[in-house]
Amino acid sequence: MDKFTTLTGIAAPMPLVNIDTDMIIPKQFLKTIKRSGLGANLFDEMRFTQDGKEIPDFVLNQPAYRNAEILVAGDNFGCGSSREHAPWALLDFGIRCVISTSFADIFFNNCFKNGILPIVLPQEQVDILMEDARKGANARMTVDLEAQTVTTSDGQSFGFEVDSFRKHCLLNGLDDIGLTLEKAPAIDRFENEAAQARPWV
Amino acid sequence: MSPKTLYDKIWDAHVVDTQDDGTCLLYIDRHLVHEVTSPQAFEGLRMTGRTVRAPEKTIAVPDHNVPTTLDREKGIENEESRIQVEALDKNAKDFGVHYYPVSDIRQGIVHIVGPEQGWTLPGMTVVCGDSHTATHGAFGALAHGIGTSEVEHVLATQTLIQKKSKNMKVEITGKLRPGVTAKDITLSVIGATGTAGGTGYVIEYCGEAIRDLSMEGRMTVCNMAIEGGARAGLIAPDEKTFEYVKGRPHAPKGAQWEAALNWWKTLKTDEGAHFDKVVTLKGEDIAPVVTWGTSPEDVLPITAAVPSPEDFKGGKVEAAQRSLDYMGLKPGQKLTDIKIDTVFIGSCTNGRIEDLRAAAAILKGKKIKDGMRAMVVPGSGLVRAQAEEEGLAQIFLDAGFEWRLAGCSMCLAMNPDQLSPGERCAATSNRNFEGRQGRGGRTHLMSPAMAAAAAVTGHLTDVREMMNETV
Repeated sequence: MDKFTTLTGIAAPMPLVNIDTDMIIPKQFLKTIKRSGLGANLFDEMRFTQDGKEIPDFVLNQPAYRNAEILVAGDNFGCGSSREHAPWALLDFGIRCVISTSFADIFFNNCFKNGILPIVLPQEQVDILMEDARKGANARMTVDLEAQTVTTSDGQSFGFEVDSFRKHCLLNGLDDIGLTLEKAPAIDRFENEAAQARPWV
Repeated sequence: MSPKTLYDKIWDAHVVDTQDDGTCLLYIDRHLVHEVTSPQAFEGLRMTGRTVRAPEKTIAVPDHNVPTTLDREKGIENEESRIQVEALDKNAKDFGVHYYPVSDIRQGIVHIVGPEQGWTLPGMTVVCGDSHTATHGAFGALAHGIGTSEVEHVLATQTLIQKKSKNMKVEITGKLRPGVTAKDITLSVIGATGTAGGTGYVIEYCGEAIRDLSMEGRMTVCNMAIEGGARAGLIAPDEKTFEYVKGRPHAPKGAQWEAALNWWKTLKTDEGAHFDKVVTLKGEDIAPVVTWGTSPEDVLPITAAVPSPEDFKGGKVEAAQRSLDYMGLKPGQKLTDIKIDTVFIGSCTNGRIEDLRAAAAILKGKKIKDGMRAMVVPGSGLVRAQAEEEGLAQIFLDAGFEWRLAGCSMCLAMNPDQLSPGERCAATSNRNFEGRQGRGGRTHLMSPAMAAAAAVTGHLTDVREMMNETV
């Protein structure tokens, strides 16, 4: 997993609420057995017509936002299925950070496993960031994970909360499984005790 | 000792390790696996030279991509789908996990197979790379969906890195009225709380109306906890649970059964335990409901009319307008005037025997509307066999339904069972998202009985009217 430290980039506004994982990556693209290459189909049915032509109104098709690295989104982003293809598609497109008032639980977890930072902020701050994102490619937003701040293109800064363990893993690009395997003796101990207490499991 | 919720008790029994910041390592008793969210995880194990730590606790079954037509032994036509199922065949064999291949009569939707085979037991932790893992909460198991990175983590370590959620209680008091089902309960709860109402919580469903439900009904309720944003839904186990579990192939037997039962009986929320959020609905206030929009929270009683975007606030105004445009509906239109092209009965929400019985009870002696496409996709090969034995299959066939083989099918349309643009479907599944059942397809969610009623009349229908006919 790539580290996430600071990011200064273009933010695309997606004010729609309840953007679900079927919108982020429709099911026909879940048939892959790889993690890569999904960016081409990110938001596929919103971004392309059925015969594959770009829909010019869609935000990521607009010249200003083709290289967006941040999304500012409406409430409850990432609801629906557990498909990790959603963060894989975002990452493959180049999105490293999503900002919203709220995220669906599984999507939120999946982001951290892939070096994407989901940031939760109150409505009024998301509104200000949404306006800043609407300014287009000349307005760059900055996210600083160490300092836990998001700064608009005109210097307005907001602090955000992030779980300390997840922050540590993102800052250092750490692999969860490696960390857990260091605790193998504790897992062994648990399994032995559980086999006594609940032998039917 | 302070009183605990059911969630607290199961959580506490599975903590392997707690870090200073409260991050826990949680032991996983059952890991269910399907073909869509697992190939990258097994590949990760291969690349790092890791193995599956507990193959005996890992159960795999293909369900999302499998054809449900009767000629399925011909194989899967779509190359990518075929490769994905073949990858699961190979991974299950290479890593030695329990496996129900497409050719096995026990094959079906993973959330129907788990309970059916007795893999799901009270007090367990159950995970799967699938959001509808919440289904297993009906047994008083802590069950939730995970992403593929977490699938790999569980395969390698049999644990999951977790922070504890908050406790939420959803109580359904009193009795349900005739024609009202578990699906109407779970949709009505989401209608009341919204799709983010449960975010950050594990829900315990309780109250007389929940107790009165069969195990099948309880699975329907818990299945859609995720649609309300919750990590998991739980129902405390009781005699109905034990009765359902007893004798299943992987349920404990003999002395172990007695020991298990003793523990399972303690699995209930203590008097005075704290809930961070409480929602109460009266059973008698719940009507047969349908969804009108493209979010599971867009729920209304069948007697209502399509709402106007102005009925909503904030970002939901734009979302409602978008939903109406997508669904091809006008504000003020009566829901019962909405014409239906297709009926889909099945899915992990409503693909169990009781669901098929409820639909067949409405369809007996009737025909579906001319020109209607209607299919029943049983949740597993065993559900299909039982429905044939009970004569339900013949009722569906006589009514004009297709009688399919088991799989996820048109719930998410990864196999050839899909809607065309503009095609409108009465579905017993769980998501009405844009494009969910096929690009441009329009989904109305409802109970099996309501879907059966719509198949007969050709439009959304209040099933209670049809029940009066038959009385």
